[in-house]
Amino acid sequence: MTNFSHPLLQLTRARLLEFIREPEALFWVFVFPVLMALGLGIAFRNRPAESLAVAVQDGHGAVALAASLDSFPDIRATVLDSDEARNELRTGKVALVLIPGDSVTYVFDPTRTESQLARRAVDDAVQRSGGRTDPVQVGEQHLTEPGSRYIDFLIPGLLGLNLMGSGMWGIGFNIVQARRKKLLKRLLATPMRKSQYLLSYALSRFVFMLLEVAALVGFGWLVFDVRVHGSLVDLLVVSVVGALAFTGMGMLTASRAKTLEGVSGIMNLVMMPMWIFSGVFFSYSRFPEAFQPIIKLLPLTPLLDALRSIMTDGAPLGANLGQLLAIAAWGLLSFAIALKIFRWN
Amino acid sequence: MTEANGIAVLCRGLKKRYGSVVAVDGLDLEVKTGECFGLLGPNGAGKTTTVEILEGLLEPDAGDLEVLGMRWGSDDRALRQRLGVQLQETELAEKLSVEETLQLFRSFYQQGPTPDEVMRIVGLEEKRKAWVSKLSSGQQQRLAIACALVCKPDLLFLDEPTTGLDPQSRRQLWDLVHDFKTKGGTVVLTTHYMEEAHRLCDRVAVVDHGRIIALGTPSELIAALGAEHVVEIAVENDDRAIDTWLRDVTGVQDIRRERDGIFLTVSEVHRTIPALMATLQKRGVELSNLTTHHATLEDVFVSLTGRHLRDD
Repeated sequence: MTNFSHPLLQLTRARLLEFIREPEALFWVFVFPVLMALGLGIAFRNRPAESLAVAVQDGHGAVALAASLDSFPDIRATVLDSDEARNELRTGKVALVLIPGDSVTYVFDPTRTESQLARRAVDDAVQRSGGRTDPVQVGEQHLTEPGSRYIDFLIPGLLGLNLMGSGMWGIGFNIVQARRKKLLKRLLATPMRKSQYLLSYALSRFVFMLLEVAALVGFGWLVFDVRVHGSLVDLLVVSVVGALAFTGMGMLTASRAKTLEGVSGIMNLVMMPMWIFSGVFFSYSRFPEAFQPIIKLLPLTPLLDALRSIMTDGAPLGANLGQLLAIAAWGLLSFAIALKIFRWN
Repeated sequence: MTEANGIAVLCRGLKKRYGSVVAVDGLDLEVKTGECFGLLGPNGAGKTTTVEILEGLLEPDAGDLEVLGMRWGSDDRALRQRLGVQLQETELAEKLSVEETLQLFRSFYQQGPTPDEVMRIVGLEEKRKAWVSKLSSGQQQRLAIACALVCKPDLLFLDEPTTGLDPQSRRQLWDLVHDFKTKGGTVVLTTHYMEEAHRLCDRVAVVDHGRIIALGTPSELIAALGAEHVVEIAVENDDRAIDTWLRDVTGVQDIRRERDGIFLTVSEVHRTIPALMATLQKRGVELSNLTTHHATLEDVFVSLTGRHLRDD
């Protein structure tokens, strides 16, 4: 009793106990991100370039053309009749269709990257089979290094996503649940300080944040050899700031809502743009220039930038001060507003 | 300081409205230290709103209020240290154990019994490791009261503490409240159960439409009916005309009809019954039912408002 008599410690302990006794919550916070990393890591693993599948439309000289293309290692050619060939092209099973004849015609969709690649490779093969010789001899040197793979991009992305998700869902649901059950009202009838109640959420998030970061970074390192190129301490500092910022946002979204449906709706509304735009799964530089200033305003964007800069580029914390300030500002602002408008009844 | 005068709660002209609905409509109340004071009334009478104002959870629109000689707004923290509160619909955290819940609540207060002691008082020692979700509703309610007792309160607020409980759990809870009172604690209790008010309360205020319509000890209230018994009869071929001459039967104070019965409030059953039988026979009216019972607070409420406390 005496060991745990401080209300803040008791409240934090209650938070932690409630959380670890909720198997679904444990799944979403710890297992789901790891499964996601595993799935995406396998799907987008770096492979030796696959040979390009192309079709030769049946006709005079088709078989010979297909055979000569097939002799090139990066091209796989099959002879198909005209309808079938178009169909395979349309459904993406082949990247390009060749119509043989005195002059060879390439049929392909110029907006597809692999079709463009196929056009170049096939043309090269066709011309060389036709007797072209290259005037300059070239050699190749291959380089595949950890740090440049998709999984290296993905792990910090998932880390940020997880800090956001567990901050928002974990805090928001629990608060709305307590409000719905009139537990908040009951606590209001005790001498408990309101700030300590909200602070206990931040403390419990801090504890779980350590475990979440350890789980995901550890998994990435053990399974995919994803290294933290910067300092682990810097990574933790960024994670703490990120976790606390999203705790504040979770509180803000839950500060008025009376039902779980209500708070789910608000949370999805808040998080969805960040899922898409902040660069979790692919770089936000893919979006048009006009979007960039808005994307950079979203709180998840600077968090992901800072995480990647430390994990992938090995940058020091000092290089990410701007990002840290932006994240902290989001957190402090949310927390302050949440405290003001919080509905206890 | 009202507390020095032996008054735990004092309020005058309390008003609270929600939009166009007036929940509390100028309510005066005086609860003495050491008594169990009951607010009795149907659902929607304004009992819960009143209690939540007394507990400092709601702010009244108007009125003057002192609790334990202190005022909400200036002495909140000191007041909360001395109040035990059980709210009507609170569900405690499902996945905390009885012990953990009590440790949490105990941590908010400067003084009071240990969680172990409170568990013993409410008889939940064997359930100390059980999660709240695994408790029966009676046990959950006892835990809610335990949470109110961890601060060794001077004043205990109970808002419909036994609603929805089985008779045995209800009796266990009554014992708890009784013990608390025996040790000198003051209790303010709301209920819509007559028997509960009668068994526990030293004084009862009957509340309807946000006002107190009667106040006194349970026996005083019943005595105020002017009759302590109720005779219920039913007759064959009831044409309602009999009401007029039933009123003239010896000792009948009042007549009311509900469902298929005619309820006669009488002061002396042994005089009224023979007179009633004689009159019925003379008029040639056939009785199909006759029962009698002691007047209860329910009868008081019905005679005051013409309605019942509960709809069921």
